Amino acid sequence: MTLTTKMRRATVPAVLATGALVLAGCSGAGGGGGTGDGGDGHVELTLATVNNPQMKDMEELKGNFEESHPDITVNFVQMEENDLRDAVTKDIATGGGQYDIVTIGSYEVPIWAENQWLTDLTEPLSSDAEYDVDDLFQPVKDVVSVDDKLYAVPFYGESSMLMYNKEILDAAGITLSDHPTWDEVADAARKVNSDDVTGICLRGKPGWGELFAPLTTVVQTFGGTWFDQDWNAHVNDPEFSDAVQFYVDLVNDAGPADPVSTGFTECLNTMTQGKAAMWVDATVAAGMLEDPEASEVAGKMGYAHAPVKETEESGWLWSWNLAIPETTQNKDAAIEFVKWATSKEYQQLVGEELGWTRVPPGARQSTYEIPEYVEAAKSFAPITHDIMLAVNPTKPGLWDQSWTGIQYVTIPEFQDLGNQVSQDLSDVFAGRSKLGPVLDRGQKLAQEAGDAQ
Amino acid sequence: MTSGRRSLAISRALLWPALTVAILLTQIPLVATLYYSFQEWNLLRPGQRGFVGFDNYAKVLSDGSFLASLGNTVVVTGSAVVGATLLGLLFAVLLDRKFVGQSVARTLMITPFLVMPAAAALIWKWSILDYTYGMANWALSLVGIPPVAWNTEVPALTVIMVLIWQYTPFAMLILLAGLQSQSREVLEAASVDGAGPFRTFVSMTLPHLRQYVEITVLLATILLLQVFDPVAIMTKGTGGSKTLSYLLYERAFIGLEVGEAAAYGVMTVIVTIIVATVALRTLFKVFSAEGLMNR
Repeated sequence: MTLTTKMRRATVPAVLATGALVLAGCSGAGGGGGTGDGGDGHVELTLATVNNPQMKDMEELKGNFEESHPDITVNFVQMEENDLRDAVTKDIATGGGQYDIVTIGSYEVPIWAENQWLTDLTEPLSSDAEYDVDDLFQPVKDVVSVDDKLYAVPFYGESSMLMYNKEILDAAGITLSDHPTWDEVADAARKVNSDDVTGICLRGKPGWGELFAPLTTVVQTFGGTWFDQDWNAHVNDPEFSDAVQFYVDLVNDAGPADPVSTGFTECLNTMTQGKAAMWVDATVAAGMLEDPEASEVAGKMGYAHAPVKETEESGWLWSWNLAIPETTQNKDAAIEFVKWATSKEYQQLVGEELGWTRVPPGARQSTYEIPEYVEAAKSFAPITHDIMLAVNPTKPGLWDQSWTGIQYVTIPEFQDLGNQVSQDLSDVFAGRSKLGPVLDRGQKLAQEAGDAQ
Repeated sequence: MTSGRRSLAISRALLWPALTVAILLTQIPLVATLYYSFQEWNLLRPGQRGFVGFDNYAKVLSDGSFLASLGNTVVVTGSAVVGATLLGLLFAVLLDRKFVGQSVARTLMITPFLVMPAAAALIWKWSILDYTYGMANWALSLVGIPPVAWNTEVPALTVIMVLIWQYTPFAMLILLAGLQSQSREVLEAASVDGAGPFRTFVSMTLPHLRQYVEITVLLATILLLQVFDPVAIMTKGTGGSKTLSYLLYERAFIGLEVGEAAAYGVMTVIVTIIVATVALRTLFKVFSAEGLMNR
């Protein structure tokens, strides 16, 4: 009897604990806000968005839209990227219709469009001459289109480039061209690397959107790919393996000391403090490096196209986009708002109300013709413009692709695949594993993902 | 007799609403999880949802990550619980005496447990374990040890350190309560009989603390089994730090495989029940050998 009581005493809390564990894994973020048409013609729109600074600016300025559209009110629901993905996916997949407008990344747009979750925006946008849909950067338009139909509108976009601290490189007598090769950059990094200065900051933090954003572009310029056109995996091909080996060696020789801790934010910190000589990362970082209030290296930076090996360009392509779920009851009002937020006038509005450096970059070519913006961002705006036009999301490397996208593969399985392989790679960074077996396992996982297509 | 039975029936009836709520709240998620675990359901492939029998369980068992992560959980939780209990005992003994500033010291000692886990992980990541600016590497440099890239080189140890730091106060609090409940007369008697402080501690205090240690170990284990924040924030599940809760999170929110994640969850519950019944029973037998539990 005592035994069973004891057993029960021991078991019950344990079961409760695991129950909580399972629950914790299953609970998602609940969205708020109802959507309603009050019956008097007044429409309330609910917009679910990531909590990026540019989106917060949009919320700040929504009053201007509501003034010119008195019958529409827009409510913002801001979430972390992963919560947003989860909440919106659930809402749309179950036909909830809670959100009228969502911001989604370029990785999701084609997948969601295939599921017929998103409204086709081609006609409403192209029929409005004033909106000037052709002004949007073609590569960005490509990644949010399926079969030439536009399912989302880019709000801002980015590519990647090489950013370098001119003081450090000049002191070492190194000059870089606008189109450097990876070999030149690696040599320079090894040369300037010291106890005080990191030669080149590169991401090592596991995750498909962290490590594999830059690493996939390196793989592509080395002539490798995740998949060929027929979804055969090529993860343990020599090109893929050489590229990863090159990246790992470069990080170990002249990169961040603690690669698993190092992502975009960490590199930005090191760079703004003048503790790193070079950095290959998102073009939007330039705006932060040039901000004299937050950065010690403002005005000392040089910018170049992302380093290459076998290809002409090696920048990635990402955009945050506004899309309208098929489930919304207020399609017309939602289209009105999306057009307003991605219009040329909106960019003027941001510049005049909030400052020209806060204009959402990388979506419209005309952004780079606004004199105030060009003046405010003169050190990096021209090169960003060139890169945004030069990258090719339909064929970023040497392989033909049956998907559109550069640093990711546009299939639902990719975030899991990229995440697992990047975790295994951190063992390679730390010297716990050899690269060969890690990529063999990656090949197996990739082939499973490829077979599902 | 009848009235006794009736009052018993009324008592039971009164208990039902609460019991029903308890059953619903605890069992519905479990039943839903069981149901999902037999489904193939990737959130991004709504067209392909369907019943797949035990496929998800086959995947869980054939893929090595479940066992690996079970091992990681045992190592991480086990070392953190042992470490926190030992350190907690040490600090409890040190605090169990009168000295100037005792209450201030006690409050300061408890602070780590009051910090939110996510905040604690961020503090460790940025100010203690950062390779260049972290206090840990600075301290090592004072004794001539080269800096360590904590999250890359020793991820599991990193997580364990954070957990010990957070849960030592928890253990300390319980053990301190135990120490303070010890009868002064017994200690006086021991010293009259000529026992030194060490002998008194080993022969009198430790046996007295046994049940407090048990409850510390049990509660800390339950709390630490769910550890998630330091893994997600600092090591991202690399190098032996991928515990079961992080694995579940990955399957559900990165893999978006609802069915597979549910199967992982069910397996976790099953394994934990087995571990709890076998391991904790053995553990408690050891502790009750001296008769403290034979009441």
